Amino acid sequence: MADTQSTPVVVAEGVMKQFGRFAALRGVTAEFSAGKLYVILGDNGAGKTTLLRTMAGLAHSTRGKITVLGSENIQASRAQIGYMAHPSLLYDEMSGMENLRYFAKLYRIPAGEVDRRCREAILSVKLDPDLERPVGQYSQGMRQRMSLARALVNDPELLLLDEPFSNVDARSAAEMAGLVAHARDRGKTVFVVTHQAAQLELYADEFIWMESGRIVNRTSALQGAKG
Amino acid sequence: MNFLTVTRATLAKDIRLEWRSKDAINAMLFFSLLVVVIFSFAFDPTAEESRRIAGGLVWVAFLFAAIVALNQTWARELRNQVLDAYRVSPAPAIPLFLAKAVGNFIFVAALEALMTPLFIAFYRLRPLGPGWQLIPIAILGTWALVVNGTFFAAMSLRTRAREIMLPLLLFPLSIPALLGMVNSTTAILTGETSPAFWIALLVAYDVVFTTACLLLFETVLEAE
Repeated sequence: MADTQSTPVVVAEGVMKQFGRFAALRGVTAEFSAGKLYVILGDNGAGKTTLLRTMAGLAHSTRGKITVLGSENIQASRAQIGYMAHPSLLYDEMSGMENLRYFAKLYRIPAGEVDRRCREAILSVKLDPDLERPVGQYSQGMRQRMSLARALVNDPELLLLDEPFSNVDARSAAEMAGLVAHARDRGKTVFVVTHQAAQLELYADEFIWMESGRIVNRTSALQGAKG
Repeated sequence: MNFLTVTRATLAKDIRLEWRSKDAINAMLFFSLLVVVIFSFAFDPTAEESRRIAGGLVWVAFLFAAIVALNQTWARELRNQVLDAYRVSPAPAIPLFLAKAVGNFIFVAALEALMTPLFIAFYRLRPLGPGWQLIPIAILGTWALVVNGTFFAAMSLRTRAREIMLPLLLFPLSIPALLGMVNSTTAILTGETSPAFWIALLVAYDVVFTTACLLLFETVLEAE
């Protein structure tokens, strides 16, 4: 157990990401261990989302290298990554179960297991898998939870969550925080980008403060995270 | 195996979404209907003249109408950034392209099936050549439109004026295919020449561009 937890899940070495003249990441070097809940903080434009997208393989570093789950080729690790973005990444016209069935098939989940895995993922975020309403008619809180269920459907080792508490009320945010902590308790490595760090104050293993595309501080307590 | 599963799942999902929203098919239908009616008012051709111009009218109408479906097919992947959910999954790029192209083919073919009887009625068309050959021409021509259209619609996804960009990219490249479709259709309607050369051109066009699109699509999908 101790060995697993000390194994780095993500290793970034001088990762730079340039969008035209704007440098979103300016040489991020860090190691992140398995089985921990990391909260990434920082002002708008600090590079939090870009760092998360680089880990997910959605953005490619301009310089430096990033190793995810032991592979520099993130495409090879994708089956073990769950990603939740600020938008829902769901089809509004389909029900939650229909959405998850489709995404489960992208993850090579055997046909006989698809329904069971989808139901488990939906139940794990405390939603009803038999709800036939299209996702477009869900409340924002339900949509966020369904989005988390989509990220969990492949039972990933690494969970990357971008603003999971945005636009939801305090009660839903607290419930979401509990779900995120539960994922970590089941051995997942979780990264959460958020402006509402207080929601995870009790659960997080480490707070990471970013500024101008760099990691400037890493602490185990929210107080003093800004450095 | 996974290749087929993903292609089938994506195609079924697209058909389900179109069935529920009917965004593309309604827009294509109204557009084609307008073209048929407006042209029938603008021209009052004899049966002989109709045979000469109908091939051009039909295919230009279908080309313009197809643009609607082609833009729509990727637009729904941009809402809620669902395309990122595909990109972050281990599914390969090619099944996504194939499913989109086949889906567009089905939508445009459905439109053609609905509109062709109207064209025949409005322009009093009766082929003097081998009429059955219109079927392979329709299949090859429609595939030529949608395979490039699906590819260039994906390419123009991240551009600001993507609805303008698609015709700008697609129309010039479609000229050889359009020549093949129009000339082979006219050859059959008038019965004066053989359509064999133009059908062969369409086959070659489809093979070349399908191969190129399949080879290049992953680069387009992974572009930021």
